[in-house]
Amino acid sequence: MKILALESSGLVASVAVMEDQKMIGEFTTNFKKTHSQTLLPMLDELIKTLDMELSDIDAIAVSKGPGSFTGLRIGSATAKGLGLALNKPLIPVPTVDALAYNLCGTAHLICPMMDARRQQVYTGLYAFENGHFKVILPQRAVPVEEIIDEINQRGRSVIFLGDGVPVYKTLIESSVQTEYQFAPAHLAYQRAGALGALAQIYYSEGKIETASAHRPDYLRVSQAERELMEKDHSYKPQA
Amino acid sequence: MENAQGKDVLILAIESSCDETAAAVVKNGREVLSNVISSQIELHKLFGGVVPEIASRKHIEKINEVIEEALCDAGVTLDDLDAVGVTYGPGLVGALLVGVAEAKAISYAKKLPLVGVHHIEGHISANYIENKNLEPPFLCMVVSGGHTHLVLVKDYGVYEIIGRTRDDAAGEAFDKVARAIGLGYPGGPKIDKLAKEGNPKAIVFPKAHIDGAPLDFSFSGIKSAVLNYINGCKMKGEAINEADIAASFQNAVVEVIVEKTMAAAKELGMKQVCLAGGVASNSALREAMKNACEAAKLDFYYPSPVLCTDNAAMIGAAAYYEYLAGTRHGLDLNAVPNLKIGQR
Repeated sequence: MKILALESSGLVASVAVMEDQKMIGEFTTNFKKTHSQTLLPMLDELIKTLDMELSDIDAIAVSKGPGSFTGLRIGSATAKGLGLALNKPLIPVPTVDALAYNLCGTAHLICPMMDARRQQVYTGLYAFENGHFKVILPQRAVPVEEIIDEINQRGRSVIFLGDGVPVYKTLIESSVQTEYQFAPAHLAYQRAGALGALAQIYYSEGKIETASAHRPDYLRVSQAERELMEKDHSYKPQA
Repeated sequence: MENAQGKDVLILAIESSCDETAAAVVKNGREVLSNVISSQIELHKLFGGVVPEIASRKHIEKINEVIEEALCDAGVTLDDLDAVGVTYGPGLVGALLVGVAEAKAISYAKKLPLVGVHHIEGHISANYIENKNLEPPFLCMVVSGGHTHLVLVKDYGVYEIIGRTRDDAAGEAFDKVARAIGLGYPGGPKIDKLAKEGNPKAIVFPKAHIDGAPLDFSFSGIKSAVLNYINGCKMKGEAINEADIAASFQNAVVEVIVEKTMAAAKELGMKQVCLAGGVASNSALREAMKNACEAAKLDFYYPSPVLCTDNAAMIGAAAYYEYLAGTRHGLDLNAVPNLKIGQR
């Protein structure tokens, strides 16, 4: 059973191949946002290094959002094209959940934060209880203060990670009232390995979809629709 | 150009540069086995024009469905194909990226050659589909919502731009004038229809001529003249006749396009003239160009409306000749929003 995992929701471009209880390969860069030019060559290199055929893959896990709209679509279109060509299902994984899964096994609360601009973060709250990954607050786009309030109310120690951390570090330091720490450099950003490991659980639970049905989950409407909704309250976003 | 292999070449083509998600299967560049277009026009009408982020979102939702339908309509599978062609510019970068990433993934997974295609070269190549005898060299007037180019097609895949707009594209002027007289988006077909009820000589709008560049175009002046005319009428409290405005505006645009095309054909000694692009569907433009070509004893070609609008069959036609010429793109192919005609 092999699962290919693709992550391109932010600055990180990452691909991994999971085989049963093992991650047999992962390439990750956190450098420049040139995913359109790098993601597929990176995958090709990984497949060659692993001496395997792409057609050996059983399912394709993809970071489904939120994140950079364009980055998400590059990952999504790549996964959809591979799924169509190989006739294999997709495993869409919420991006913030996959990021939290980097810290699998910790006794602390996990708070991923991705910079969502407009003074917001894509975030959520997660924990491991009795060995199980638990979503306490599902991923959402909110002002940083709102998630910090949630943490303060719970009074539990927390680990922060994600590209929103450097942006809001001062605010975290001044307003978080519980014990907190920041994830180490190798676990602080999106990793296709963590996405793939979580996708294995999803797959066993039957949480898959066809390549055709898959679409990113942006957690935000487009700016044009947001402006229209402000003027016309009856308008329902369609995109 | 001859297909040296002597066997049929089947190409899956994908187009997503603006607001149509399209896929087609084309045989030997000229035979369309399927041509599927999913249009988003209704959605963008609410905003009075194409919203790039919404276009990109709709492309990703529809793209697999459109490709699967194109394969099914053609009665082929991916295993029957010889190459994948895709538009990689010019256009909206976010929209282009969907088609490019999808095409690259399919070509990679099926080990098929990837051929990136220039959107406008696609529009020009639409003429090959229904005119089996058309071969370069010919002169092609490309008119659409985003482009106005007079192109000399010297050979398959060899293009020279000999005239272009200095400001608005012709189709853009249609959209803006349509909005000013309350017709809505997209303006082209609506002006065409309304103009049939109006007098093309009712109002004289200026035709711009550019010193030292007789084959270049300018449509912002005529657009402004129409808007000024409407404002002038309103200030004087005079009723405006929308049909006359539509007919007179369209007439002025058509006359300029036809004049310059004819001048270029004469200068370059071209015997064949083609129209391409969305505005090539305009009935007045087709009629005027046809008459001018007949008078000058030139052969005149234009695609059916379904091949004038953005579609993937035209991308398949262009991809075929690029494929024969040996053009291949790698897994690092990127969308190039300002790709130049003839750039490889």
